[in-house]
Amino acid sequence: MADQALHGRRLPVRAAALETLLPRIEAVAIPAIGLIGGFAIFAVFLLSQGKSPVEFATLVWKAGYSSAFSLQNTFSRVAPLLFAALCVALPARLGLVVIGGEGAIVLGGLGAGVAGVALAGLPSVMGFAGMVIAAMGLAGLWMGLVGVMRVKRGVNETIASLLMAYIAIALFNHFVETVFRDPASLNKPSTAPLPDGLRVGDMPVITTHWGLIVGICACIACWVLIERTKLGFAARLAGDSARAAKVQGLPVDRLIIGFMALGGALAGLAGLFEVAAVHGSANASLIAGYGYTGILVSFLARHNPLAIIPVAILLGGIEASSGLIQRRMDLPDATNLVLQGMIFVAILFSETLTGRLKLLQPGTWGRT
Amino acid sequence: MIDWHHENGALGVEAVGLTMRFGSFTALDAVSIRIRPGSFHALLGENGAGKSTFVKCLMGFYQASDGDILVGGHEVHMTHPRVAQGLGLGMVYQHFTLVPSLTGAENLVISRGDVPMRIDWARENRDLRAFMARMPFTAPLDTPVADLSAGEKQKLEILKQLYLGHRFLVLDEPTSVLTPQEATEILSHVRALTQAGEITVLMITHKFREVTEFADEVTVLRNGIHAGHGRVGDLSHADMARMMIGERQSQPIPDRAGTPGATVLSLHDIRALDRSGLREIAIRDLKVRAGEIVGIAGISGNGQSDLMEILTGQRSLLSGEMRVHDTPYHARRPEAQRLKVRYLPEEPLHNACAPRMSVADNLALRSFDDGRGIWLDRAGIAARAKTRIAEFDIKTRSPEAPVRALSGGNVQRTALARELTGDVDLLIVANPCFGLDFAATEAIHDRIMAARNSGTAVLMISEDLDELLKLADRIIVMAEGTLVHETPAASADLAMLGQYMSGHA
Repeated sequence: MADQALHGRRLPVRAAALETLLPRIEAVAIPAIGLIGGFAIFAVFLLSQGKSPVEFATLVWKAGYSSAFSLQNTFSRVAPLLFAALCVALPARLGLVVIGGEGAIVLGGLGAGVAGVALAGLPSVMGFAGMVIAAMGLAGLWMGLVGVMRVKRGVNETIASLLMAYIAIALFNHFVETVFRDPASLNKPSTAPLPDGLRVGDMPVITTHWGLIVGICACIACWVLIERTKLGFAARLAGDSARAAKVQGLPVDRLIIGFMALGGALAGLAGLFEVAAVHGSANASLIAGYGYTGILVSFLARHNPLAIIPVAILLGGIEASSGLIQRRMDLPDATNLVLQGMIFVAILFSETLTGRLKLLQPGTWGRT
Repeated sequence: MIDWHHENGALGVEAVGLTMRFGSFTALDAVSIRIRPGSFHALLGENGAGKSTFVKCLMGFYQASDGDILVGGHEVHMTHPRVAQGLGLGMVYQHFTLVPSLTGAENLVISRGDVPMRIDWARENRDLRAFMARMPFTAPLDTPVADLSAGEKQKLEILKQLYLGHRFLVLDEPTSVLTPQEATEILSHVRALTQAGEITVLMITHKFREVTEFADEVTVLRNGIHAGHGRVGDLSHADMARMMIGERQSQPIPDRAGTPGATVLSLHDIRALDRSGLREIAIRDLKVRAGEIVGIAGISGNGQSDLMEILTGQRSLLSGEMRVHDTPYHARRPEAQRLKVRYLPEEPLHNACAPRMSVADNLALRSFDDGRGIWLDRAGIAARAKTRIAEFDIKTRSPEAPVRALSGGNVQRTALARELTGDVDLLIVANPCFGLDFAATEAIHDRIMAARNSGTAVLMISEDLDELLKLADRIIVMAEGTLVHETPAASADLAMLGQYMSGHA
């Protein structure tokens, strides 16, 4: 019947334009609806606590974006969020839901911290290269392992990655407190501090460490990989229909393992920058929940690497303002998590609107 | 407990000027059909002709935009399926609706609307046996439905309707999953029931043979309009075909040309486990030569889908070897590209297409990685898509529309356009026309025959025997996971094929 409806009509250029334009508008509109819905629920929650949502928004603005200092504070949180979100977005294009990026971040930090100390004698370029290899390698292997379990034994990657994150954190704590512990770190077990030559400094103008720009470049590179390369096409195909991809003879299993590993390796970079630019050594401060916020970032961005950048800046700002909100509004630290949780549920709900907003369906306009 | 006594007697149903609009689209346009009590009425039409819309209006799933429905001579408002059921109207669907893990008896009892909280099985069983004794045919009551044959399941579906006291039955392509023998047996029983004046039947079908052998009257729908009606004895197959497809010129199948050449595909002593892992698929020897179509016939579930997975390299082999052009073949992408092997799996939207990707992208699934370099040739993909869309007459809003927005026939055309572009030495197809209408089926058959005539080796797995008889040079019957019978299509004996298919030879 739909076929019948199409028969009589020859649709010219306008239809083709709508066909590309409307899905893009839909891709922005739906998460926007979810985001607004999440904030609305959170506003009700604040009101129920006798707090003002307007004051909350004002404080987020003030602490997150209003001055050079607050922007710097925000940006330093954006960098790990970018990498953590990519660790969700890349597997998502293959139809996999990965929520254990935190484990890859922690292991990346451990690898970078240990390698940095071990390679202190080398020229700093080589030393830093060693740190990158260690961080990306360790974290990539970890997530790749989740992919292998998925492909070979059908183990659910969502649960496996989360449980593996707990294991990764436990291993991290074990090693930091035993083998790699710096005897000088008394109250807070840490690896030995990195030599100055292997630290990552701040960029000029915006005084934020280089992780931000590397993260933005990684997002752009991932977008190009997915949208513009043959490999990305194969991955999108496998993500949309694994069966069709297999009939086409594509190595779906290897694509899954590869994209999982790549996502993990990028999350490992988040750990590297946290260690080399922020903490100076690998210690428990690394376990800050960026991996979990990254899940929210990627879902809000609908797993589009370019959209991850603005979304990470938004959520980074909210995270950066949590201190001020605690002090000024007398709300606990967990308020931030309440907000994130509410946005996440609203986002998941908004996904079900896909294809249901009449105004945004090309068919609606084609019939006129 | 159902009281049978006042429920005897077939029910007449009449539709007057029935119209169904979906938005600006009219699916059914002032259709009037009178189904006399005790008649066996066939409803013919292509896909999208409005058959199922008509039936859904009758059964209360849709509420007609306009027009009236009369049941037993009284006008009724079909506001809900329950209204239709209450009046004694029942439907048997194309696919089984029985619960596989329950027995026949349990299925019948739970289908009733008035099942008590605690079922008195002793009494129910007594009643069921009494009911069965009155029926002209029976089905096993104590076996789980999963263990029944397709024919027995379909019998049980019909018995269920009778058990529920329905006296007007709609049968929606009831024989599509049955062997010819099973189909004949069941339709004979149904016909006997109508002749006895117990029930009235409206049967949706594509098969002219079933119309002429079993129905009294036939109504044909085309594009939502009543296109013809008559007593079966007065109409020839050609008349019915003309009503169904209208003025359109149906294209004859291109003649077979050329003789088979060298062997392209050979399977030798292949053994693999089926999807359940419990049964073995064993293909001792299968060869397909250039310029011939080899048809694999069989009833669904006899290992055809497993064979397809073996051929597409998705099933690991316990032993044996697959060769194409006399080189070992594992269906990896470089091999398939080098040896020019193409596939058209069944249900193309799920098995041959990426539903959310665009038509243009789907047309490029074979060729996107041609040539060197890492970059996707997006301009080339768009340009080639335009050519293919025109060449294969794919009806889409634009090349950028997701392929799942297309109708079934156009999805299949998209897959076919992709797989038949360029040199093809071996084409492996499975149920290529399942669910497609007459015109789309013709077009796809033409393409497959044209490929054969140009020297492509074609292996065609199909559950539609008519399709195989029309296209194939050789027909091989698959049953219980092995190839059991081979015959040239030209001299194939339908009864013999049916026996092998049902495993009774």
